[in-house]
Amino acid sequence: MALVNPNEAVADSQPLVSLRGVTKRFAAQRRKSTGVLAVDDVSLDVAAGDVCGVIGYSGAGKSTLVRLINALEPINEGQILVDGQDIASLSGKQLRVARRNIGMIFQQFNLFASRTVLGNVAFPLRQSGMSGANARGRAQEMLDFVGLADKASNYPEQLSGGQKQRVGIARALAPNPTLLLADEATSALDPETTSEVLGLLRRANTDLGITMVLITHEMEVIQSLATHVAVMEAGRVVEHGEVFDVFARPRHPASRKFVGTVVKGVPSPAEAAMLRERHTGKLVTVSFTDGAASQGEVFQKLGAAGVPFELVYGGINEVQGKTFGHLTLALQGSDVAVDGALSTVREVAEVTEVA
Amino acid sequence: MESLLELQPLFWQAVIETLKIVSISLIFGGIGGLLVGLALYTTRAGGVLQQRVVNGALNVLVNTFRPIPFIIFIAAVQPLAREVVGTGIGDPAAIFAISLAATFGISRLVEQNLVSVPEGVIEAARSMGCSPLRIIFTVLIPEALGPLILGYTFAIVAVIDMSAVAGFIGGGGIGNFAIQYGYRQYDYVVTWAAVIAIIVIVQLVQFFGNWLARKALRR
Repeated sequence: MALVNPNEAVADSQPLVSLRGVTKRFAAQRRKSTGVLAVDDVSLDVAAGDVCGVIGYSGAGKSTLVRLINALEPINEGQILVDGQDIASLSGKQLRVARRNIGMIFQQFNLFASRTVLGNVAFPLRQSGMSGANARGRAQEMLDFVGLADKASNYPEQLSGGQKQRVGIARALAPNPTLLLADEATSALDPETTSEVLGLLRRANTDLGITMVLITHEMEVIQSLATHVAVMEAGRVVEHGEVFDVFARPRHPASRKFVGTVVKGVPSPAEAAMLRERHTGKLVTVSFTDGAASQGEVFQKLGAAGVPFELVYGGINEVQGKTFGHLTLALQGSDVAVDGALSTVREVAEVTEVA
Repeated sequence: MESLLELQPLFWQAVIETLKIVSISLIFGGIGGLLVGLALYTTRAGGVLQQRVVNGALNVLVNTFRPIPFIIFIAAVQPLAREVVGTGIGDPAAIFAISLAATFGISRLVEQNLVSVPEGVIEAARSMGCSPLRIIFTVLIPEALGPLILGYTFAIVAVIDMSAVAGFIGGGGIGNFAIQYGYRQYDYVVTWAAVIAIIVIVQLVQFFGNWLARKALRR
């Protein structure tokens, strides 16, 4: 099949993208202001086949970070290796060749308004020297992949936002890149279109084996697509790891905030006070963070110990096929019975008393 | 009215001369303006060929010559015309002066229209590994084509306007005809015949320009 990526089998010992102590400073616009340190000493590895989501609030430096990888912005310090190539050391011409192996999609799609949908997708192929007929053939193939074969002769202005982004994806993937950079690719789309585009990106990752670095401020994007996540704050990567681990056990306050947007976790002190007002009994939070324990098992143990309980707060989530979550329970009964029940529950899950 | 009938052969000759002066000046001024305009745009800060010094020098050059009223400009560049086209008077000198003035004027029009191309589109082209020249000719110009056509239409009308002054240094054309046979003979019919000829040419140019721009913009 022509769509299969020949670069899929990159040696797994070496990461496809490797950032080492990367720093990017923007010069001061006015004389008295100091420059902006957009990316501050960032080290990050992305293995071939991974989908690395970089999340942060606006101004955290994530959009700058992604532009450093294909050298749309030059770095000030550090080193960036893409496929073993030191991006900063390349000449203009070498860099242009290297960029053909790195696709990019954008929040505002950035399609060429003067070209048809087919013309947009064929453009990167034509510019790297492919003949017109071959480029159009390949472009049509890509439009099939993104489900827009019937829109080939339309102009971008005639498309909806989601369709535009799919054209953007087809255009970025047409030259068969190893790496795809996505800069807030779904931020301008409504929730339904977002999941459509995310589904398409997931297919690009699983079917075509394309490694991705995606920038977002929406945790849902990370949850549904990423294998790894890097949390950025003030130009630094404050936490980095597998998506499940960061979701289940976020360590940095910024990570906790982001995880909190999609996962109801441990009640905050204010929430705990409210819970205590409305519920009697002992409040405990049972945490499932290793992806293995089932909440049913916990409920069974409580039932077996004869401790009535009420589920008062929390939720169970699934990330990458593994469940995790935090359930806060109000346990009724004598202290002895409750403590006895909890000691059996502790065998299968983590229990913390609500302070 | 009778005088106009008598002058008819001269009138048509003047129209043809105007068309000749305008088209030759437009070829030089149009290309010159495009090149200087592209240079102004691409060498600015953040441009694909960022060159602060070149950009500054070009800006000073354009800003120096563009505001000079054309009737003064055509006289002021006479010495330069003698060097370049071998004569300071007549159609060649007029064409030289108009081409030069049009280059400066059109360069600003080109620059303004290129600025309207979204930065993100250029960034997308860069991310695909396009060279600066390729970006200029396959992204910038096609993306700005509609407004560019309208800008050039505006420039053609301005060049027709300039060509009317050619008579001042011994060039021909409708302007010269109007001054020689209308203004100096106190014959308003002849003057107005010249005015109407210019109006008709301008209308046709504007109509064609609008049509072409609509086609380019597909609206």
